[in-house]
Amino acid sequence: MEPSVLLTLVFTAMAYGAIAVFVAGVAAKLYRYKTTPSPLRIPTTPAPISPIGVPFRIFGDVVFFNSLFKGNKWTWIGGIVFHYAFLMVVLRHLRYFFYPEPGWVMSLQAAGIYAGILLPLAVLYLLMRRTSVDRTMFVSSLADYFVLALIFCIAVTGLLMKYYVRPFMVDVKGFVYGLVTLNPSAVPFEPVFLLHLLLVFTLLVYFPFSKLMHSGGIFFSPTRNQCDNPREKRHINPWSPNLGA
Amino acid sequence: MAKVKVEVPVLTGSTVFPVMKEGATSGIKSHLAKEKDMVALGFPGALLPDWKERAVERMAELLKKYKSLQVYLDICVKCGSCTDKCQFYLGTKDPRNMPVARQELLRKVYRRYLTVSGKVLGPLVDAEDLTMETLDEWHTYFYQCSECRRCSVYCPYGIDTAEITMAAREILDAIGYGQKYITEIIHKVYTIGNNLGMPGPAIQSTLDFIVEDIKDTTGAEVELPMDVVGADVLLVTPSADFFASPHVESLAGYAKVFKQAGLSWTLSSHASEAGNFGMFIGNFEVMRNVAKRIREGIEIIKPKRLVHGECGHAWRIAYSFWNTLIGPFDSLDPNYPAPQHICEFTHDLIKRGALKLDKTANDDFVVTFHDSCNVARGARMGNMKGGQFVIPREIIKATCNKFVDMAPNTIHEHTFCCGGGGGILTDELIDVRIKGAMPRMNAYKAIKDSHGANFFALICAICKAQMTKVFPYYGYEMEEVGGVHQLVNRAIVMGGKEGI
Repeated sequence: MEPSVLLTLVFTAMAYGAIAVFVAGVAAKLYRYKTTPSPLRIPTTPAPISPIGVPFRIFGDVVFFNSLFKGNKWTWIGGIVFHYAFLMVVLRHLRYFFYPEPGWVMSLQAAGIYAGILLPLAVLYLLMRRTSVDRTMFVSSLADYFVLALIFCIAVTGLLMKYYVRPFMVDVKGFVYGLVTLNPSAVPFEPVFLLHLLLVFTLLVYFPFSKLMHSGGIFFSPTRNQCDNPREKRHINPWSPNLGA
Repeated sequence: MAKVKVEVPVLTGSTVFPVMKEGATSGIKSHLAKEKDMVALGFPGALLPDWKERAVERMAELLKKYKSLQVYLDICVKCGSCTDKCQFYLGTKDPRNMPVARQELLRKVYRRYLTVSGKVLGPLVDAEDLTMETLDEWHTYFYQCSECRRCSVYCPYGIDTAEITMAAREILDAIGYGQKYITEIIHKVYTIGNNLGMPGPAIQSTLDFIVEDIKDTTGAEVELPMDVVGADVLLVTPSADFFASPHVESLAGYAKVFKQAGLSWTLSSHASEAGNFGMFIGNFEVMRNVAKRIREGIEIIKPKRLVHGECGHAWRIAYSFWNTLIGPFDSLDPNYPAPQHICEFTHDLIKRGALKLDKTANDDFVVTFHDSCNVARGARMGNMKGGQFVIPREIIKATCNKFVDMAPNTIHEHTFCCGGGGGILTDELIDVRIKGAMPRMNAYKAIKDSHGANFFALICAICKAQMTKVFPYYGYEMEEVGGVHQLVNRAIVMGGKEGI
């Protein structure tokens, strides 16, 4: 077998493998979060007093990081920049997944570049915060640095391709679009690109087994997704529904 | 008992980030539970020989029963938002009292035995074996947490350390490694009916004494009825209200309010305890067993309304949990909330002009209000958001001329715990309790210096007991601590408007 064919085989297999682990892993975790019962009402003040308010509260925490804003402004600003930069970069990459490219994806390309530059800077800022405050330094461990380093390297290899090594974009798109359409095509032999891919696969596989599950877990946080009406509506503990049962 | 070494922080009026001191309170431990108390609660009397397996098993069971535990053990990103929020960290400087570090004590064992990554990668992903040292760390630091949930307010995901502390304590109980103070008190409730261990006749004689005392000191003739079948209102209140100071003065306040309302009311010798230390150990069955006495009390007395006295954690359980534990309250009058807080009851009367209050009776006082953690963050009053903050303050303002709030970041849902809640109100932890009270004391000192505050009003039996003990260590008079209904007791003008 020719080396280029072997390389394509290996990267195609890794891509599907990583996506499978990511999807199955995240789905399994979310299923567990969804199905584990909440025996008691435990919302934290200020909680909405009717169920209608719950989506608004969660929206505030997911989109604006409201609780973190109350807790620490410096971490909040770093977290906001990091997450929105990451989101923009991911959206920008959608152009590799569609043909023809949707107009809204193309309109994000320029902003996506700025976000791409901001992303590693935000990671460095978060790393600096983590290491310069004695409290966060104390609680941080290998796993926390690992994921920052991983995302930093993904961002830097991405920027390298944009500004320095520049692989042939038609081949890149061909490979990614081939994966999407289940019609694998040759992986471009460009070491920086291959490294970028490897790091992304690592992130995908690591995701469901790590603290990155905060992304989905927040929707299931009982202190945030319950409303404060226990006197009006009797909450039933599913594993002990009746008195003395 | 050996004298416990105590170190009182110097108050500056504002609480700043401390310089971390590793292991600062690692030596301050609760006493281990006694065998008879553990057995009475259905736990093993002493540490089981196969404790390690049993601990992991129990943790796995809890993960299937509690969404909170499952989600919260997984999703912490260690952002640090909670690290400077816990009064026990701010006071003790021990980094293991930072909420995230406290949680990590349980999380590292969770990862090691119950997650794929921890089983495979071990220490690389902060997974650690469960050892005897771990158990002792749990027994130390999960009993330096008051389950006040202040950290949860600031967590981007709402991670609630109280849920984790409860789980850890429950695991410790399941392997026979409980804490003396809490188990002893629950045992008393099981056998006698209340935390103080006062049987019915003893309660009756203290009530008689209090009635005489109220007459002698204020001239008011009130009743403290007990076990009156068919009374309109059943009052469930912490047993400390029958006995401890300043708690009894609030009891006198309730009695006067009921009298002015013209309602028949009663205490119950069976449901003689609002407190429920089952919450502190997190065990659902124990908590329900304790709460069951309230249900039985309703069945015995057959009241139309259920009113709840001044107690913080008890109000959380009554407001948030009773309906689940012992509800529904179908036999009660649906026109009133069940249960109803005494502050809601009194506030309602004040709003309707049914109480005559002489504010000058409290002119000696510049009053502030301490939001007790369980009321502030785990319960509510009234029918609006934040009613638990508004209603007690409105009562206070109706009973005195001078009221001043403490700094905004120390009240309402941001309130600091008194340092004695959650089952740590025990002598061997006095040093931690004093230090845990420091942020609250600083906020009080600030308005003392600026506004001359000299009365620390609150609505929690544990806060009252803790603060009357801690105030003198900081050089303040214990008489500065008192209940909201203590102010009502002093201001209320009896007679005249009797009846509504």
